[in-house]
Amino acid sequence: MKRKGTTALLNTPYAVWSTIFIVVPLFIVMYYAFTDNNGAFTLENIKNLGNYTDIFTISILYSLIATLITIIIAYPFAYAMTKKSVSSQKMQMMLIMLPMWMNLLIRTYSWLNILERNGLINNFLGLFGLEPLKMIGTPGAVILGMVYNYLPYMILPIYTVLSKIDPTLLEAAEDLGCSSFQKMIRLIIPMSMPGVVSGIAMVFVPSVSTFYISQKLGDGKVMLIGDVIERQIQMNHYDVGASISLVLMVMILISMAIMNRFSDADGGVVV
Amino acid sequence: MKNTLRSISLILVLIMTVLSACSCSDTSEPSFTPVGEYSRELEGTVLNVFNWGEYISDGSEGSLDVNREFEKLTGIKVNYENYDANESMYTKLKSGAVSYDIIIPSDYMIERLANENMLREIDFSKITNYHLIDDKYKGLYFDPEEKYTVPYNVGMVGLIYNTEMVEETPDSWSIMWDDKYKDNILMFNNPRDSFAIAQMLLGIDLNTTDKADWDAAADKLIEQNSVIQGRVMDQIFNKMESGNAAIGAYYAGDFLTMRDNNEALAFVYPKEGVNIFVDSICIPSSAQNYEAALMYINFLLEPEIALANAEYLCYASPNTSVIENENYSLKDEKILYPDEENMPICQYFHDLPEDIRSYYESLWETIVMS
Repeated sequence: MKRKGTTALLNTPYAVWSTIFIVVPLFIVMYYAFTDNNGAFTLENIKNLGNYTDIFTISILYSLIATLITIIIAYPFAYAMTKKSVSSQKMQMMLIMLPMWMNLLIRTYSWLNILERNGLINNFLGLFGLEPLKMIGTPGAVILGMVYNYLPYMILPIYTVLSKIDPTLLEAAEDLGCSSFQKMIRLIIPMSMPGVVSGIAMVFVPSVSTFYISQKLGDGKVMLIGDVIERQIQMNHYDVGASISLVLMVMILISMAIMNRFSDADGGVVV
Repeated sequence: MKNTLRSISLILVLIMTVLSACSCSDTSEPSFTPVGEYSRELEGTVLNVFNWGEYISDGSEGSLDVNREFEKLTGIKVNYENYDANESMYTKLKSGAVSYDIIIPSDYMIERLANENMLREIDFSKITNYHLIDDKYKGLYFDPEEKYTVPYNVGMVGLIYNTEMVEETPDSWSIMWDDKYKDNILMFNNPRDSFAIAQMLLGIDLNTTDKADWDAAADKLIEQNSVIQGRVMDQIFNKMESGNAAIGAYYAGDFLTMRDNNEALAFVYPKEGVNIFVDSICIPSSAQNYEAALMYINFLLEPEIALANAEYLCYASPNTSVIENENYSLKDEKILYPDEENMPICQYFHDLPEDIRSYYESLWETIVMS
């Protein structure tokens, strides 16, 4: 009895916090999504979302590509990291975290200077008499921006899961005649799936709703769903902005639910 | 190199700010001579000012810290906040969650605020410096009876080009559609300013409420998609200064800043006409400190204060005491103050009905996506 009371007490701050700043705002979003300017109930906002199909598709496509690339980079890196000495692991972790201490805006602006026509890369190519490449304002630049900014969020969960795999399990597999390829495919990868799924959630979700990266690296030629939401809110069209956000949220929730089903029966994934 | 210099000067400015912050206290005397009279009867009250970002002389780089001067003069504490678009200012004001005593929106936004009864009439008997405002900026379309506004700043849009990359001397917006400069052209990254360029080229009124006109301008902008390098706002500084783009449309005052960093840049008002805007000081109807707001408005019109702002902002000043001041460094700048024969055709933005606004906004999404 006493113990239960303590737990409730410990939970109170977060419960209050999440009610005020998560649950209530969610209802406000829903309210705006389903009402018109005069506060009357309407499904008009949701119906009109058909106009944004192209933008939704492109946003999801770019974020999927960015997520896939981060997995391809992050997984081998995280795996190699677990094989290093403890001090070297700490050092590498530090190097991964370091850029995240810098403001997102500054990091994105730096990419502008690297990718511009007179930027670092093109100046280098110019030394060999090569024509400058057009990089800013292309989908590639936007995806690069997503990969660069969100890569640490993929490395960290994968690394955490991989480093927790019990080495005796792997030894047992070897004793029983597993080749290292089989060990990878049948043991390590399945056991690290929860980390990958967490990473996907942490990379895909911010990528799909970003607007800053697309505005700067896309040179205003790439419009993602985050840009539309920003514009609509600025124009005082809270209803449209809210309905887009709501649909985006529902889509993310559904895809997360599906992924969780595929990854881990124990439900060890934190979205 | 330029960037290194810039960061060094930034650090120096930071150090200087810290040093100067230490050296002054609340009791110090104002460092200018006011023309009008200012009482200290509202000492200790707070004045909430809501203005564009970087839109007041703030003491950086040796300029006069205008808000600080007001505090020293009247003892009223200035609480200064920024916005980056008329629309975000409007949204915040409309939400009612905040109250400001002074706002400085652009013409068309003032028209909307006045129509929605969101402005309070200014008691002009308290604005003793109002006679300093040039008559041509009084009684403009958004405030024909001179009830709500005092002009603060005047600006025009124009064409910026790099003389090392553009051989001809452009005189028309049509150069922004020229294949020769493919991937070298920068447009605005906001619908109203972008549409305005296409509308002027097509000879359409900027404030048309005919949807077919907006369609025509949208088609023109879609046609431009293949030649432009991008749509930018603040990034244009970097891109034009470093020669990453040859042609761009932007505000005249900002061109002067760019030219300081790259002398190859030139500026022209295209013959089809340009958008002119007048940002004016208003008092919202929700203001809490009306008397202090009146004092602040009069203070902003003070010759020395207006001069400091004009020097800092590089936009055209509507204040005759500034334009006639021998010490004003931009006095002879023909771009800001064109003489009669070189005066471009100017059009103001007006507030458009909600359905037209939504319409061009959806066209804009199509333009960017196609």
